[in-house]
Amino acid sequence: MEHYNMNLTLKVWRQEDSQKKGNFETYKVENISSEMSFLEMFDVLNERLIQENKEPIAFDHDCREGICGACSMYIDGKPHGPWEQNTTCQLHMRAFKDGDTVVVEPWRAKAFPVIKDLVVDRTAFDRIIQAGGYISVNTGNAVDANALPVEKAKADESFASAACIGCGACVAACKNSSAMLFVSAKVTHLALLPQGGPERKTRVVDMIAQMDKEGFGACTSTGACEATCPKGISISNIARLNKEFTLASLLSEK
Amino acid sequence: MTWKHVFTSSVGRKLTMGLTGIFLILFLIVHVGLNACIWANDNGVMFNRAAHFMGDNVVPRILEIGLFVFFILHIIQGLMLVASNRSKRGTAYAVNYGNRGSKWYSRSMGLLGTIILLFLVIHLAHFWIPSRITGVAETTLPNGVVVHDLFSLMKATFAKGEEWVVILYTIGCISLAYHLAHGFQSAFRSLGVHNKKYSALLTTTGYAFAIIVPLGFIMMPISMYFNWI
Repeated sequence: MEHYNMNLTLKVWRQEDSQKKGNFETYKVENISSEMSFLEMFDVLNERLIQENKEPIAFDHDCREGICGACSMYIDGKPHGPWEQNTTCQLHMRAFKDGDTVVVEPWRAKAFPVIKDLVVDRTAFDRIIQAGGYISVNTGNAVDANALPVEKAKADESFASAACIGCGACVAACKNSSAMLFVSAKVTHLALLPQGGPERKTRVVDMIAQMDKEGFGACTSTGACEATCPKGISISNIARLNKEFTLASLLSEK
Repeated sequence: MTWKHVFTSSVGRKLTMGLTGIFLILFLIVHVGLNACIWANDNGVMFNRAAHFMGDNVVPRILEIGLFVFFILHIIQGLMLVASNRSKRGTAYAVNYGNRGSKWYSRSMGLLGTIILLFLVIHLAHFWIPSRITGVAETTLPNGVVVHDLFSLMKATFAKGEEWVVILYTIGCISLAYHLAHGFQSAFRSLGVHNKKYSALLTTTGYAFAIIVPLGFIMMPISMYFNWI
């Protein structure tokens, strides 16, 4: 692919903390290489801001390999930018051309309050996982890996759901700020495996209760979550979540 | 989990929407099928007779109460869901994801539903209220039974000079078509149908239903307006 340099105009959301009102600031960045990642372009801008004695732009990032789920920019109206099944850190500047204006916003949801600039508080996801997104394992010797037979198709589907990195792009993309794709991936991941069996019913009920408590919206199956998910998590997981919840809640003894 | 917990949770509220939605879909089949009798080419005899059965027999009368209850549930729950879902964002985005990520009608169920509700009020005022409360002119069927002449009422409602009524009904039916295009498959998803085999079948059936049924309804005022029947 041909290498080129570009000049861009960035409109970036700046917000001092969760209490203060934020606003867009415009920055010109020059001589950006098409081979840089989107975050490297922000690094270049931040270096300059530091040299100019200005406050650098805060943004989340960690592995920069597309697997940790830390990066979270809403770029030109789409979480993680224009590419399909991609994270912000794996978005490269060749996605843009010279002279482009790029609008960068944080995830917007009341359940994800802005901490600073483009960094949002996603601990709501942690609390949903703590409510039931786990299996309880008694201590002792490790069980032989092949002791429990698992149907291949189910193992594959469970693995596809387990690919969810919990970045929150689904919430950011959804018009209802719903976390259903995330919760459905976690529920599906464990519901399809024998290890998830004992806590199957309480898990789905408790995770949905926590999801509602955190202030996420309900699903209206628009499909925006699936379209933006960097890991290609299928919206059919949400239908499975609905089934799991309906059976568990209607058939419960209490 | 108590019943209250189930049906006030985010999934439970969708369950209510899906179940009432499917009931309303079934009602549409009955409604369009029965009204299609206007095309029997017998000056409304078959239609008036069918309408008389629906208005006179005890079973449709009981179902009608259920229909009103489900309509009200679907409307109130729908409006509450829209309001609650909207309140979850906080600061609005400067640039929206829009049609790149989802179909416009799937994001506009509240708006489409509201248009259908307004249409429904007018539609009830045109036919249901006269038939049930204020009274309709009567006619005698060939078998001697005296029935409401709803066929003539229809013809008068959609007569030449009543363009705005025909346009209003067309807008109502187009809104219904888009509402169904999303609602049909979404209802089954809310009820937990996730098998690829079935969801593909339901998606296709949903689109077909969303085209055929509203088209049938639209053709009724149009064929009367243009004096085809």
